[in-house]
Amino acid sequence: MRTVIRFPVPVSIYARASAVGGTESDGPLGALFDFHDETDRFGADTWEQSEESLSRTVLNLALARAGESQDAIDLLFAGDLQNQCVASSGGCAAAGIPYCGLYGACSTSGEGLLLASLALSASPALSRAAVVTTSHNAAAERQFRLPLEYGGQRSPTAQWTATAGGAFLLCHASEPFSPPSAPRITACLPGAALDSGVTDGANMGAAMAPAAADTILRYFSLSGESPSDFDRIVTGDLGAEGSALLLELLRENGLDLQGRHRDCGVLLFDPLKTDVHAGGSGCGCSASVLASLFLPALERGELNRILFLATGALMSPSCLLQGESIRGIAPLVVLESGKTGGEK
Amino acid sequence: MNFDRRRYLERVKERESKSPVVKNCFFAYLFGGGICTLGQLLLSLYLFAGLSERDAGTLVAVTLIFLSALLTGIGVFDSIARIAGAGTLVPVTGFANAVVSPALDNKSEGLVMGVGAKIFTVAGPVLLYAVLSGALYGVIHYVVALFS
Repeated sequence: MRTVIRFPVPVSIYARASAVGGTESDGPLGALFDFHDETDRFGADTWEQSEESLSRTVLNLALARAGESQDAIDLLFAGDLQNQCVASSGGCAAAGIPYCGLYGACSTSGEGLLLASLALSASPALSRAAVVTTSHNAAAERQFRLPLEYGGQRSPTAQWTATAGGAFLLCHASEPFSPPSAPRITACLPGAALDSGVTDGANMGAAMAPAAADTILRYFSLSGESPSDFDRIVTGDLGAEGSALLLELLRENGLDLQGRHRDCGVLLFDPLKTDVHAGGSGCGCSASVLASLFLPALERGELNRILFLATGALMSPSCLLQGESIRGIAPLVVLESGKTGGEK
Repeated sequence: MNFDRRRYLERVKERESKSPVVKNCFFAYLFGGGICTLGQLLLSLYLFAGLSERDAGTLVAVTLIFLSALLTGIGVFDSIARIAGAGTLVPVTGFANAVVSPALDNKSEGLVMGVGAKIFTVAGPVLLYAVLSGALYGVIHYVVALFS
């Protein structure tokens, strides 16, 4: 798709919830999350099942906020980092909600919001869609990296997969049950998988920064808007390393974000307190920060318009060992406050 | 977007945060030296207890492996290694941790396909090439002995 997709009737995010693990709740945003489990176990025996439980928990929290049951949801877009997205299918999709599993690495939250908005826009018959994305540090380390108790030093550029999840309930903004203050998705722009050339699995920020820069530049060139039309330009999990690279790439292409850029991976953790190095990552990182920090700010009218780009490093450990470089992707959605009428 | 991959990779290399080498070396020296001193103390202790030098040496390695496995099991080893780096990695302690940590990690998949199949995922290369080079050394030793 080489055009910005604008929704004639905006899609509103009428409820949202976030849940995190211990390290995340000790971080700077700790007080904002709806639920946390110090032990990261979420009542389950294995780490994989813990993430299933996290996925279920965060969807139920969003449903509780809306005062609805799972039966109300017509379509669920959910994803995580595990093989075949088992945390999503075993967690929130097990309730029998029609389900599309998504695998966009850490960009899944943005991909989900984009696809759910498209689905709602395409079909008036759909009333409510849900987007749930999670990641679990222990489950991800087991799948992609080294055993949890292995004693080694991590590279300073490495990021920390967040134990976190976010759930979003979406509907047409014209629905009577959608609160007037609910933030709206008014436009979106799918990302393009861009080969960064980076072959270092411990520097995901560098692998994702070109894809984020590409989507941002495409958006401004296609829409004719400029960064000053937005209060914040939010990226998912570029971390400290990737954020600096993004700003450099944009400047080189003649775009200055004028201090409007924020990165969920940088915001989630306190770099001095935890061993997170360049910042947080994972499907749950951007989802939990969006649900706990940016959406409430839009609901309260403190922010009017933001660009939200979840960023994903499409990394396979096997392909990396075979010498392939990491592709990045960054789908974009435009979020507007319901308070100001939203639409431009 | 104007994107030159080669130039980008150069920039990534240039600006990436570097490991604190001096600090890492200092702590590796401190912890590695500490482990070796502990080994020496144990050796003296075992010799004092009347063991032969050969037995005492073996028992020192066994003790250090046991301690590493125990510390890995109670979840402390990785916290120490985060500071100690090569200090805990290079001595036999690192090898013990490399075997015990995947065993712990994979016990949820059962004793055969979990622990059994995955226990050497980290230490496997060391084992394979140590045995292989040992065999190669044996062959060389045998051939040289034939002609001398």
